[in-house]
Amino acid sequence: MSDLLAVTDAGLYCSQGDFYIDPWRRVPRAIITHAHADHARSGCGRYLCASPGTLVLRSRVGSSAPIDSLRHGETLSINGVEVSLHPAGHVLGSAQVRLSHAGTTWVVTGDYKLEADPTCAPFEPVECDVFVTESTFGLPVYRWQDPAAVATEINDWWRANRDAGRTSVLLAYALGKAQRLAAAVDPSIGPIIGHGAVMKMVDAYRASGVRLPPIDRVPPRARKMGGGRALVIAPPSVAGSRWLGLFGETSVAMASGWMSLRGVRRRRGFDKGFVVSDHADFPGLLTAIAASRARRVLVTHGFTDTLTRLLQERGVDAAVLPTRFTGEAAPDAAVAERDDDTQDDTTDMSEEAPV
Amino acid sequence: MKRFTDLYWRLDATSSTNEKVDSLREYFAAARPEDAACAIRVLSGGRQLRAVSTTLLRQWAAEAAGIPLWLVEECYAHVGDLAETLALVLPHPGPDAATTGVGMGLAECMRTTIEDLRGASDQQKRLVVERVWQLLAPRERIVWHKLLTGGCRVGVSQTLVARALAEVAGVDPAVMAHRLMGTGVTDAESYAQAMSSEPTADDARRPYPFFLASAIECEPSDLGPTSDWIAEWKWDGMRAQLVRRGADATLWSRGEELVNGAFPEVIAAAAAIPDGTVLDGELLAVRGNKLLGFAAVSKRSGRRSVPRKLLEEVPCIFVAYDLLEDDGADIRGLPLVERRLRLESLVPLPCTAGAEPAASEAVGVPFETAASPQPRLLHSPCVVGNAWDALAAARATSRGRGVEGIMLKRRSSVYGVGRVRGDWWKWKIEPLEIDVVLLYAQAGHGRRAGLHSDYTLGVWHDGRLVPVAKAYSGLADAEIVELDRIVRATTLDKHGPVRVVQPTQVFQLAFEGISHSTRHKSGVAVRFPRIVRWRRDKTPSEAGTLADLVQLIDAGTIDASPQPEMTP
Ligand SMILES: [Zn+2]
Ligand SMILES: [Zn+2]
Repeated sequence: MSDLLAVTDAGLYCSQGDFYIDPWRRVPRAIITHAHADHARSGCGRYLCASPGTLVLRSRVGSSAPIDSLRHGETLSINGVEVSLHPAGHVLGSAQVRLSHAGTTWVVTGDYKLEADPTCAPFEPVECDVFVTESTFGLPVYRWQDPAAVATEINDWWRANRDAGRTSVLLAYALGKAQRLAAAVDPSIGPIIGHGAVMKMVDAYRASGVRLPPIDRVPPRARKMGGGRALVIAPPSVAGSRWLGLFGETSVAMASGWMSLRGVRRRRGFDKGFVVSDHADFPGLLTAIAASRARRVLVTHGFTDTLTRLLQERGVDAAVLPTRFTGEAAPDAAVAERDDDTQDDTTDMSEEAPV
Repeated sequence: MKRFTDLYWRLDATSSTNEKVDSLREYFAAARPEDAACAIRVLSGGRQLRAVSTTLLRQWAAEAAGIPLWLVEECYAHVGDLAETLALVLPHPGPDAATTGVGMGLAECMRTTIEDLRGASDQQKRLVVERVWQLLAPRERIVWHKLLTGGCRVGVSQTLVARALAEVAGVDPAVMAHRLMGTGVTDAESYAQAMSSEPTADDARRPYPFFLASAIECEPSDLGPTSDWIAEWKWDGMRAQLVRRGADATLWSRGEELVNGAFPEVIAAAAAIPDGTVLDGELLAVRGNKLLGFAAVSKRSGRRSVPRKLLEEVPCIFVAYDLLEDDGADIRGLPLVERRLRLESLVPLPCTAGAEPAASEAVGVPFETAASPQPRLLHSPCVVGNAWDALAAARATSRGRGVEGIMLKRRSSVYGVGRVRGDWWKWKIEPLEIDVVLLYAQAGHGRRAGLHSDYTLGVWHDGRLVPVAKAYSGLADAEIVELDRIVRATTLDKHGPVRVVQPTQVFQLAFEGISHSTRHKSGVAVRFPRIVRWRRDKTPSEAGTLADLVQLIDAGTIDASPQPEMTP
């Protein structure tokens, strides 16, 4: 019996159903796990996503793109392949894609995390025969702390900055992490200000029914903002840009899973690093893999070789899903100075290899 | 232990000198004396003992974490720091870690969990290590691992430590720097002495803090008339102070290590200078009239005693260029010109090694003859030149002499502490250069952890590329990131953390010297290699050849190998 999915030039393809999952080229029919730029390309003929993510995806691929949606768990048959979408816990609307055909079930996770996140539905284990998992943080040095403890750290840092009259600038990806952080911090400490790219996604989240604390916009031609008390949430690309000049004296922190490593923290030159990721940590990957009860595991972008070897040694039938992109997820993927594009930066490139 | 860990991370988190001194001052003001003494030892970067081998630590950590050893190694290659890798892979500590971990001071912690482990059986060591792992949080474990494996390096200079301690003790920073030199502070008692506002009794053997020169940043002619300056050769040896006080003589390296055992001929010769003398100068290896270079001196420097064969193969001398103490008085505050006059009367023989034979005859001091034994104690003569052009011409002869260029010291300068810009300049000769091809890359450490930033570079020989140098520095951060991507994309093979890459990238490599070497496969050894430029405009076929390098040796540079032999 042939596989349900294969890697082609355009992306992960299901020939039985004639559709792609997160294609990297324009294709007639695409199922999208979530709206991060490396998973959702514009210009496809027709999109399918989980219904909580429709508005977020719409803001990424354009208002005229035809987007179909499925409620979590609802089934649709595409050319005889049963398709359903299940929460992945990564960002709002992120889904694992379950495919069932001729008695075989596959699950493609997209990106996922197991930690609680008030801004999206929690990861739901789905049993299957073949489990296609990401491995962004597939090394045992990556283990996340309790989200509440990290929120306390961020609040303490914000409060100390406020007391010193410094604006706190928290760098986080504009889609997902920015909203998650806004929902996690203590808004009684001071005002929260969102960068334009962040606010675009905040609007999409609110329109989708996610409750977020009040977040101020930066008005055009603003001269000065926040008065040294605010928490500014902005995409990483603003680091070192003139835009930060709006806020007077600042303390700049980065929120990313890569901040686990001292070398990365030092190299990036931030005042502070918070270990927060929307990807599964190493124990999380192993937990999800075990919960899938899959007889075969295909490991994709991230530490593919390492995780595959470990699974094989533990008796799992595992293999690397050979994509065109074989680079390891480098902590510095986004460091190589991008141009000073502070207007729209919703790409989560810093946490993943492009797939 | 928690307090020291906090200090470690505070120092790690800032690059501001003032913040570092603030952190140090707060630490020392609150620390118990025995902990403070211990901290000084660690901060001064002195030689640390490795209580447990890293091989064993990796095995134990792998087992404690329930993962295979190869996975620990993969993590290490990714993280770039073993102490941190192990701290992160280990299970999180038990709930009582917060209370138990705090109680032990640095000194007690080092004594009971590190020093007592020396000589213990592997099983005993393992019990202690596993107990400590359960007590410490990851950030404390990192510091403890570094202490345990003898690799705790903190980014503070001795000068900053002295400054902070001086503020706490209320004494002059220079006095404190002096007290910290050598075997200064080892325990609570000596710490209390160092912190006392009274002069201490045990000053007798201590060297002075070294005064350091900076690389010249302008045209020498911008320094004003040559008459304001004294020019000396920049010797290619090891900086040292020779302290002659009371009954004995002591020789101190710049790393504050006592190196008496490594240079017995110099110690013997020091008997000839009067009590109450401190000389600053350079240990040089010399055979006949020929300077053997730094590589040769370093064969001697690490030893407690020197075998006769090595004494004969690498004879060493001390060339003094400054007098810091004369007749028991600290004269560092006198102008250099005055100190030099006194130096030349105490140590009358000038060092003429490296000069053309004709020139040394002209000076009238035969360096070594069969009749008279080789003098071991000499002074560094002034390089004479009444115009910058003349000095530049003298500097141009440096490579042939086996020296590194010229030192320019202001005639009126006092002997300061540490690196103070303005009075002492290094005017080194331009480096040698060759274009090389990237062959292997390895992940770096510290700031560059996880990036392939250690490079092995090669040149052409018989139609193949042969490695000739390893270089770690010289590229901008953004270039390193970019090159890291190229390395990953062009990897042909992996050997542990080392990647063999397709030879596609060319770099301009600068180095200070080159010699024949039997230890290197290529048959040559380059000194202080570093990448100066990424030659994106060149293809590997345009890189240099081994013959080019050999030609540089034959062009009359130093020869550090006792038996110059080329492996074919
Ligand atoms: Zn994503
Ligand atoms: Zn992704």
